[in-house]
Amino acid sequence: MDFNTVIQVLDSTIRLSTPLLLACLAGLFSERSGIVDIGLEGKMLIAAFFSAAVAFMTGSVWLGLLAGVVSSMALSAIHGLASITFRGNQIISGVALNFLASGLTVLIAQTWFSQGGRTPSLVGGARFSELTLPFADSLRPVPVLGPIYADLISGHSILVYVAFLLVPLTWWVMFRTRFGLRLRAVGEAPEAVDTAGVSVVGLRFASIAIAGVLCGLAGAYLATGLQAGFVREMTAGRGYIALAALIFAKWRPWYALGACLLFGFLQAVALRFQNIDLGAFVVPVQVMDALPYILTVVILAGFVGKAIPPRAGGEPYVKER
Amino acid sequence: MTDTPAIELKGISKAFGPVQANKDIAIRVMPGTIHGIIGENGAGKSTLMSILYGYYKADKGDIFINGKKTAIPDSQAAISAGIGMVFQHFKLVQNFSVLENVILGVEDGALLQTSLAKARGVLKHLAEEYELQVDPDALIEDLSVGHQQRVEILKALYREAEILILDEPTGVLTPAEADHLFRILEGLKREGKTIILITHKLREIMEITDTVSVMRRGEMTATVKTSETSPEQLAELMVGRKVLLRVDKTPAKHGKPVLEVENLRHVDEAGVERLKGISFTVRAGEILGLAGVSGNGQTHLLHVLGGYADATGTVRVNGQDIDLTGNYSDGKSRRARGIAHVPEDRHHEALILPFAAWENLIFGYHNDAAYQSGPLMNNAAIKEEAAQKMMRFDVRPPNANLAARNFSGGNQQKLVLAREIERNPEILLVGQPTRGVDIGAIEFIHQQIVALRDKGKAILLVSVELDEILSLSDRIAVMFDGEIMGERLPSETNQTELGLLMAGVTEMPDKDKPLIEVVNEQLEAKKRREEAAKKNG
Amino acid sequence: MDKMPAWADAVLVPVISVLLAAAISALVILAIGENPVTAFQLMVDGALMKSSGWGYTLYYATNFTFTGLAVAVAFQAKMFNIGGEGQALIGGLGVALACLYVPWPHWSIALIGATASSAIFGAAWALIPGYLQAKRGSHIVITTIMFNFIASAVLNYVLVNVLKPQGSMEPASGRFPEETFLPTFQQMFSTSETVLFRGSPANVSFFVAVLACILVWLLIWRTRLGYEIRAFGNSETAAKYAGISPVKITVITMLISGGLAGMMALNTTMGEAERLVLNAAEGAGFLGIAVALMGRSHPVGVFLAALLFGFLYQGGAELAFWTSIPRELVTVIQALVILFTGALDNMIRMPLEKIFLSFRKGDV
Repeated sequence: MDFNTVIQVLDSTIRLSTPLLLACLAGLFSERSGIVDIGLEGKMLIAAFFSAAVAFMTGSVWLGLLAGVVSSMALSAIHGLASITFRGNQIISGVALNFLASGLTVLIAQTWFSQGGRTPSLVGGARFSELTLPFADSLRPVPVLGPIYADLISGHSILVYVAFLLVPLTWWVMFRTRFGLRLRAVGEAPEAVDTAGVSVVGLRFASIAIAGVLCGLAGAYLATGLQAGFVREMTAGRGYIALAALIFAKWRPWYALGACLLFGFLQAVALRFQNIDLGAFVVPVQVMDALPYILTVVILAGFVGKAIPPRAGGEPYVKER
Repeated sequence: MTDTPAIELKGISKAFGPVQANKDIAIRVMPGTIHGIIGENGAGKSTLMSILYGYYKADKGDIFINGKKTAIPDSQAAISAGIGMVFQHFKLVQNFSVLENVILGVEDGALLQTSLAKARGVLKHLAEEYELQVDPDALIEDLSVGHQQRVEILKALYREAEILILDEPTGVLTPAEADHLFRILEGLKREGKTIILITHKLREIMEITDTVSVMRRGEMTATVKTSETSPEQLAELMVGRKVLLRVDKTPAKHGKPVLEVENLRHVDEAGVERLKGISFTVRAGEILGLAGVSGNGQTHLLHVLGGYADATGTVRVNGQDIDLTGNYSDGKSRRARGIAHVPEDRHHEALILPFAAWENLIFGYHNDAAYQSGPLMNNAAIKEEAAQKMMRFDVRPPNANLAARNFSGGNQQKLVLAREIERNPEILLVGQPTRGVDIGAIEFIHQQIVALRDKGKAILLVSVELDEILSLSDRIAVMFDGEIMGERLPSETNQTELGLLMAGVTEMPDKDKPLIEVVNEQLEAKKRREEAAKKNG
Repeated sequence: MDKMPAWADAVLVPVISVLLAAAISALVILAIGENPVTAFQLMVDGALMKSSGWGYTLYYATNFTFTGLAVAVAFQAKMFNIGGEGQALIGGLGVALACLYVPWPHWSIALIGATASSAIFGAAWALIPGYLQAKRGSHIVITTIMFNFIASAVLNYVLVNVLKPQGSMEPASGRFPEETFLPTFQQMFSTSETVLFRGSPANVSFFVAVLACILVWLLIWRTRLGYEIRAFGNSETAAKYAGISPVKITVITMLISGGLAGMMALNTTMGEAERLVLNAAEGAGFLGIAVALMGRSHPVGVFLAALLFGFLYQGGAELAFWTSIPRELVTVIQALVILFTGALDNMIRMPLEKIFLSFRKGDV
């Protein structure tokens, strides 16, 4: 394997990690506050559709992004209504929202565009363009470091950089601010927050609203950055993989970055190589396709260390009697 | 001192669905006093105080703080009004540090750094002033229960509470720790703070309060000066009739050993050794009472004997070893060996709350051949037997089709006892038989346990209520930190001696020293011994 | 006391949920620019007013009964098996292998053999998530979702590399031998004068589904195993106290659940396609969740909910054919039913409880 191929695979890793990372951080905010969010998938999907649809109709990727974020937050609001206000089953609510997104996106796409459940291809200002970092072109000839800077680090859409910068920001918010302290507390012991005179409901709605925004960014990146338009079921299980990454990361921002890069790498490898010939035998493409899912199962089985979730996760807050 | 009460409640009512928890309650608490509220389980004490703290909202009624009518819709309002509360179940974030718990909700500014620094200084000051020492950087989950309680008090003081409510604060403490707590409360009172103490223990009321209010079935029945009342009078006010404080029983006619436990050790899922080599024997026809503050290994002992926790060591039933780790270490095998078990936790272990009474009355014995007909269960036979058992144990209402959750605490416990005792077991393990049970049912339950003893069965009674241990047991063993500190005969011991054993003190102290110091010295010595043993071994 | 009678909780809550879902769906149809009333009439005409419509409705209902029962059995043990789709796919593989490689003398014997094979394959696919949940505490929701993806990769591999006949381009197995063809309703119920269920796929496996409902009911409410499953589902700590092994119950429940999901493939693969295709589960695995929630995890409820969704599926196909309303409308309805019956149930229950409470106070 030559150096160029390595760069290409790693470059693709970064692109494919971005939606995972955004969704994973969304899950982190939600689950740290005690709300389990299986609905990352659906939120990404609906955001992907609305961002592509609005970007296509207005020609502005930014308006598309806004539409994506709003639609994702709308699903968050329903999730909050079900799991916070009415103390329903958080997992079932998430599953329902995934189906809702799956059905609504195709239904609306078909009604608006009549192209078999997809949006028309996006061109020009309706897509996120790739940013070229300063000096990228002039540094390219430098051996090793040049291509790494010019092709790997430079040349991504803005959302990629936003996603990676969100990692330290999330860490800082979680562990250095009042909001973060309260948010972590409400995921561990909502009764402590309640008796300290802080609204459990308010905090949880705030955190799932943040999750909605981040999923919106993830979906918009899928449809208007990574690809040029929406196709049905384009999230392809990324929301679930992000959840697995979150567990793998033990609900910590920096670990989440590592986990998402790993899954992104696997996807990049599967995309780049079809049947992998290992000499003695050939790894069929289906194995490569299934690898992220298999790895998720292995991680969940705790063969790579036991993860302790936030204590109040998944449980609606009911005052004890 | 003025005539304006620090707290005055008028006409407070609160219903949970069809249950009326508080009915038209009025109470006045004068500033700078310690005011006790006493009542049975479920009398509505905690509900009333939770309303005062804004945790629940009252349906009706008014709250006056220092003479001013104050609305308390949430805990924030209560804190602003200078009220602090230490709940029975602590409201702490387990994996946060003491400092983080203290500042939660009253942070100064959006960033944590300044708040943490400020809290560190205030805590140091409070620790010196009120003997409330605790490491500000320790995680709550690493602290003892007593220290966690201190954090709760510190939380209230950090919020500058002038009125402090404590809900059953001594339930989780050893008598020595309780004494220390009372000294802290006396100190707070001297500073002019007002304290409300909720308890169901008459002794505590007599010891520390200035005035006392009695609650019964959601109503306030009386408020009296403590100096002008007696434990007997308070008990009568609590229950509404004269109470039999002693259980009628003849001396035990004990026979051969039935349950023999030797060097039993158990390590829990977190890797903590909960039973550190326990040995004891229960003979036929006797009740061995196991006393101790909750959390000292009694629960784990019952789980091991009941077959749902693994252990090492030896347990013999009628001279035959039982399996402690393998395939025959489960509830089914234990029952087959004649061990019946009334567990401590009625709601999470003994009963399936949504199941009907008849289904619950075979729980654990559902594999019995008598309940089968072919591949299916013989529901008709099960229901018929259930109705008979419910009649014999006076379960009310006597409706076998009613779900277990719809029975009162006392009647739920009768269901469990009916199931276990009617099997005529060799050994009965019984944990906290009267927790959350009304007084009428307590008498009945105690009678049933004594009756089983009189049939020549062996009974292991685990209870955190010293009164219950003293009145039921034929022999008493005291557990502390996974060990048995000693055995005593009820006739030859008293609450003080048992209390010291419960705190891990085996040598009787010198009379002039405060108890807490004796306890601390001995605990230090024990810790040193254990560390030395760890180094050597 | 309970706040409201059991029948109200079992009947009123799901019925109101479905009405709410229907109302919102009507709004969606309006938003698309179609008339909900005509749409509903089209659905009724297409699904219920002729015997061939019924043939489709019952065909879909058969699928949903199996997958609904699968989810319902797992719910009894408080487990959420989202893996019905994957288990059904692998169950289809079991059906295909049984039909292709065993020389069956008659369809009735083939049906028994294929039923066993599909159940075993489906159960095997549920075994690993069940075992991991029981032994390692891995969240069954996520593992079963992962196993859905893995199942489609497995099926893809097997169809492309093993079962695809030489020269065929389509990723599908060869046709099953004629001895394994199941009688359709058309063959069973048509007389020489009138042809019933013309061209519709409903077949004898519908009766296997009905039988499965009865057996599941007996299992859950009349056997020791069912008692233990329900006890475990309500309280794991109590189950341990009673000597019920959580590991055993978790694994056995998942095996039964996976087996039921796998049996769904009888209908699609053996009864309808008569060969194994890539998407043999047709999304029914997921629909089982809505069916089980609406049916309150009770076989009778599951059967009724399966009929309702069978109607919606067939009606939805008619709609897509005659109007501009896409079939995905059914997915939306499915999502709304799951949302209202499974997550927003308190929104419906709380006001109902208040009403019942005020009635009771009126009595006193």
